[in-house]
Amino acid sequence: MATSPLKTVRFKLVFALCWACWGILHAYVLNWFGFSWKVAVWDSVISNLLLVGVSLLITVTLQFYIPQKNRYGYILGLCSVLALIWVLLSRTLVVLIINGATAYESFFSKSFPVRLAIGFLITGCMALISVLWYTVQDQQEIEKRKTEAEKLSKDAELYKLRQQLQPHFLFNSLNSINALIGSQPQQARTMIQQLSDFLRGTLRRDDNQWTTLEEELQHLQLYLEIEKVRFGHRLSTLIKDETAGLKLQLPAMLLQPVVENAIKFGLYDTTGDITISIEAKKDDGNLVVQVSNPFDPQTASPKKGTGFGLSSVQRRLYLLFARNDLLQTQTNEQVFITTIKIPQQK
Amino acid sequence: MIKAIIIDDEPLARSVVKEYLQDHKEIEVLQECNDGFEGVKAIMQHKPHLIFLDIQMPKINGFEMLELLEEKPSVIFATAFDEYAIKAFETHAVDYLLKPFTKERFDKALEKFFNHAPVLKKNTEELLQSPTQLPSQSERIVVKTAGKIKIIPIPEILYLEAADDYVKIHTKDGSFLKNKTMGFFEEALPKNQFVRTHRSYIINVQEITRIDPYEKENHLAILRSGARIPVSKSGYGKLREVLGL
Repeated sequence: MATSPLKTVRFKLVFALCWACWGILHAYVLNWFGFSWKVAVWDSVISNLLLVGVSLLITVTLQFYIPQKNRYGYILGLCSVLALIWVLLSRTLVVLIINGATAYESFFSKSFPVRLAIGFLITGCMALISVLWYTVQDQQEIEKRKTEAEKLSKDAELYKLRQQLQPHFLFNSLNSINALIGSQPQQARTMIQQLSDFLRGTLRRDDNQWTTLEEELQHLQLYLEIEKVRFGHRLSTLIKDETAGLKLQLPAMLLQPVVENAIKFGLYDTTGDITISIEAKKDDGNLVVQVSNPFDPQTASPKKGTGFGLSSVQRRLYLLFARNDLLQTQTNEQVFITTIKIPQQK
Repeated sequence: MIKAIIIDDEPLARSVVKEYLQDHKEIEVLQECNDGFEGVKAIMQHKPHLIFLDIQMPKINGFEMLELLEEKPSVIFATAFDEYAIKAFETHAVDYLLKPFTKERFDKALEKFFNHAPVLKKNTEELLQSPTQLPSQSERIVVKTAGKIKIIPIPEILYLEAADDYVKIHTKDGSFLKNKTMGFFEEALPKNQFVRTHRSYIINVQEITRIDPYEKENHLAILRSGARIPVSKSGYGKLREVLGL
């Protein structure tokens, strides 16, 4: 929500000062035209107080509704109508207070077009200032979200390299290779290749922030293949992509932590045969990816605390799309399902 | 003949150990286990002299498995833990192998076992009594009850009571014995949730409904379950601090 320009003290002061000067000038001009100070001051006070009210009304309205680009007719219309109402209302009020001043009444009728023009100009200026102010604020907000999103994806990459790859995944994989060198050297070679491809893929995703689903799934496939060498006797995977050929896009490395989380609860913390599945489909302009894994309710409680993996995904989605409903998790008996929606850019 | 058991959830990791053991004909591998549950069973059945133990395993980790054993064999840890994490255990001189490890390093560990087996055993005990813990252990306690293994999530503990060499853990599902000291639990349990109110009692403060004065300077804490737990003078001070009174 944008904050009103009148929230800051400096703006308030300037605003009040401008109106005071304008009001004094107004009264002085009327006096100069030959009206008594009493009439001049009443006219000035009532007209200008009402005009202040109208101006505030405009700022507040625009705070909640800014017309889309090139549709400023709405603002012009609003200003004309408000200016007209303002002139009629101030005339009624001033005449009511200074009763029996016919000279003043005829003067008011003569100055009607001038007053209308002034009212239109001032409300117009106020509208213009507000629109500019709110647009700039919106821009800043978008900019801020964007830089934060970029920073977070960098942090996630670093975190991945430091924390997640090293202690468990990387060293256990190397240990598996060590085992294979003795018994199945060919298999060891394949695994070294897979591990290298995976690490390269993780490192390379530095500047291109968006990637295709196809590429992301390939990267995940590599990761899962490596896990299969370690746990092949009980891990099976199911990757179903219904969006083939659609070239859907998603932020790079977004799914990696989700699948790692699935592996952590579904594979590292269970003992039987398990299946981890990844399904992608297009739904209503969104790319929808669903990752499901079994879990052991005796040792894991996925409901509380989603861990670094999922909270960082949630945060990243919020920073990119300003929405909190894009990541959803549910438990279905002993299966944990993570669903991610990624709005597609048109 | 030295009897040995390998406990690791990855078949390839076990095969490395087996391969390296081929030159040591004096060591016989009686069984290979996939997780801590199997490990406990196999150790009780075979009573091995030596076990090769991974730390990160499904359901219960290597330390929790050791805690469940009454008679602890000598242990050589084989783990992919990073050095930083392993530092804490190093001081106890239990031998550990960082995955992946070479045959030379492995042989060295065995040499240590042959020369210092009794010392290693003692060190295993020391390690288990030290409050050094893995993250998963700060969330749960693993106990054995009537031959079965039970995992108690920490928030489900009502209170702990000293019982000779053991500590009695009271939960709403009953009480369980664990051979640790009160001092260990006082150190290891989250300090803003558990308070040692008495030499023989540690209370989960969430469970307290009332604190009544009781004889001279003592108090009684009444728990939701109805249990009445003694609170000593110094325990009362600690309790007030945690509760912010």
